[in-house]
Amino acid sequence: MSDCVKSWAELPDLPDSKGHFGVYGGLFVAETLMAALDELRIAYEKYQHDPEFIKELDKDFQDYVGRPSPLYHAERWSQQLGGAQIYLKREDLNHTGAHKINNTIGQALLAKRMGKTRIIAETGAGQHGVATATVAARLGLECVVYMGAVDVERQAQNVYRMKLLGATVIPVESGTKTLKDALNEAMRDWVTHIDDTFYIIGTVAGPHPYPAMVRDFQSIIGREARAQCIEKTARLPDALVACVGGGSNAMGLFYPFMRDESVEMYGVEAAGDGLETGNHAAPLCAGVPGVLHGNRTYLMEDENGQISHTHSISAGLDYPGVGPEHAWLKDVGRAHYVAISDDEAMAAFYALTQIEGILPALESSHALAYAMKLAKTMSKDKNIIVNLSGRGDKDIHTVATRDGIEF
Amino acid sequence: MSRIAATFERLKSNNRKALIPYITAGDYTPELTVPLMHAMVEAGANIIELGVPFSDPMADGPVIQKAAERALEHNVSLRDVFEMVKAFRMQDKRTPVILMGYLNPIEAMGYAEFASAAANAGVDGVLTVDMPPEEGGECIPLLREQGVDPIFLIAPTSTAARIASLVSNASGFVYYVSLKGVTGAGHLDVEGAAEKLKSIRQVTDLPLGVGFGIRDAETAVAIGKEADAIIVGSAIVKKIEEGAGNPALITANIVAMLSSIRGALDQSIPN
Ligand SMILES: Cc1ncc(COP(=O)(O)O)c(C=O)c1O
Repeated sequence: MSDCVKSWAELPDLPDSKGHFGVYGGLFVAETLMAALDELRIAYEKYQHDPEFIKELDKDFQDYVGRPSPLYHAERWSQQLGGAQIYLKREDLNHTGAHKINNTIGQALLAKRMGKTRIIAETGAGQHGVATATVAARLGLECVVYMGAVDVERQAQNVYRMKLLGATVIPVESGTKTLKDALNEAMRDWVTHIDDTFYIIGTVAGPHPYPAMVRDFQSIIGREARAQCIEKTARLPDALVACVGGGSNAMGLFYPFMRDESVEMYGVEAAGDGLETGNHAAPLCAGVPGVLHGNRTYLMEDENGQISHTHSISAGLDYPGVGPEHAWLKDVGRAHYVAISDDEAMAAFYALTQIEGILPALESSHALAYAMKLAKTMSKDKNIIVNLSGRGDKDIHTVATRDGIEF
Repeated sequence: MSRIAATFERLKSNNRKALIPYITAGDYTPELTVPLMHAMVEAGANIIELGVPFSDPMADGPVIQKAAERALEHNVSLRDVFEMVKAFRMQDKRTPVILMGYLNPIEAMGYAEFASAAANAGVDGVLTVDMPPEEGGECIPLLREQGVDPIFLIAPTSTAARIASLVSNASGFVYYVSLKGVTGAGHLDVEGAAEKLKSIRQVTDLPLGVGFGIRDAETAVAIGKEADAIIVGSAIVKKIEEGAGNPALITANIVAMLSSIRGALDQSIPN
């Protein structure tokens, strides 16, 4: 526990009015965007507590997304591991196959109330792009999705899904041609079309108010999980585990448990080929604080402050930054951050598929892999909730290629 | 008096506009930068805006993005940029140099070291695209202590309240972004800019520079009617790209372009 926070029950309510989580977060953008971000913040503050808005969101969560998602006791897997009981929060069963839709539904409802007619988004794995194209189709809004050219290639199926949904997918050829470059390009689009365009950021990163707003929309995960866990086990879980790309599924699970003293939290980053190789995407485990994409947070960068190339087998974790609230949670010690390699994630992918009959997303497989390790260190009467953030269908190609199979 | 203030004063007394070309330091090669800076001064530039290459230039269009990528292929760092300014200063003690870039390389160096190294090298002003005054509480005073002017952007979307706050934090000059978009975009709004400049004049005595979207003598003259300084970036960087590593050709093309803009600007003003 850190010096300034005496007890987790007394954790401050962040961000502050300027979007800061301690020294992290904030609003580091070019002047042209300041007015748009102010407009967004004011709209969000207005509708966040508006009964009509909440009612519409709840209805969509239930009837369109299929919430609540189950909390599933992976009994067979837990037994084989021989330690703590593992419960899976089944975000993979949501419409479009991942947690991303919780956030896109929320932001799209906000866009509609703000009178915006055009939606833009960045995407890495394509899950956020699909979730955005989905809500845009449903609300009849124009949708443009920016995606790194490398990701367009390795997530071809999701590109096609977005096109079927009526979105325009623009491959981004600049920089490393991955998620961070897609974010840059979306920001450039936004400054150019600021009057009619709403930018739906897909994770708890970006300038204020995005980190807080996306967290709030994703917090449905943790609120449900908390109630479901108490209902099933008559107490709170002992540990939470979630993968961390930008960090939205992790924040969504963690946030409602933040002040529960007894609940440990583990965010799992992508160690890629191994932290020691430099080929990874683990800014919290191996990065330094800096400023990128509108906020101060931990980043992977070289000694001159240039953002580094990242590597992960999962496109959704292949990002050199992380949401600023995670940076703060790391520094105050409320959450622990660990890293899982490509190989370890693959092993967990096979384990869950073969033992429980559930194909997890490669992103989520990182969380599962750490949960395997953690469970073995805990007794059988302890409970772990793992956020199964998405389903693995989108990754079949990557897995098959690794197995030397071509379709 | 600072070099920037002295330059604007001198120009004003001659009833002339400041011409400010932008190049990215280290583009096409690190060796090109300093000679090109001198050549641009010869051709009529009054202030040089030197871009610090960054891996993720969010506010820049494709032309300047590629310039940063070319410079980064030579691993040009902030320290290298300071060396270039030092080398430039050996021959030119009069022309102000302004660094334009993004915050992360500065954070990596540390604000205090950055401010003193900038002053030591002979840098006169710093424009950090992604550091609004609200986030500059630590950095801005350090720059001022060293006599380096913090320069801020004002955008078409800036409200009256923000403009007041921006000009109260700025010194040197104020940089008005003439369009909603990234550097090098094509939809310059001359009338909108003129109107906004008038409203900015009411709240500050600082000289007003205008940039983003000015690409030739004609657009420079149109904007020059209301502005004190004209900033030309992508149109110049484009010449570097087209010169494909031929320093003589690049320099000749840029000199020709600047001379034409300089001539048109000087002619457009009645004596
Ligand atoms: C299934 C799944 N899980 C996790 C992530 C990582 O994002 P975040 O850390 O914001 O939850 C992604 C991103 O594409 C994803 O598709």
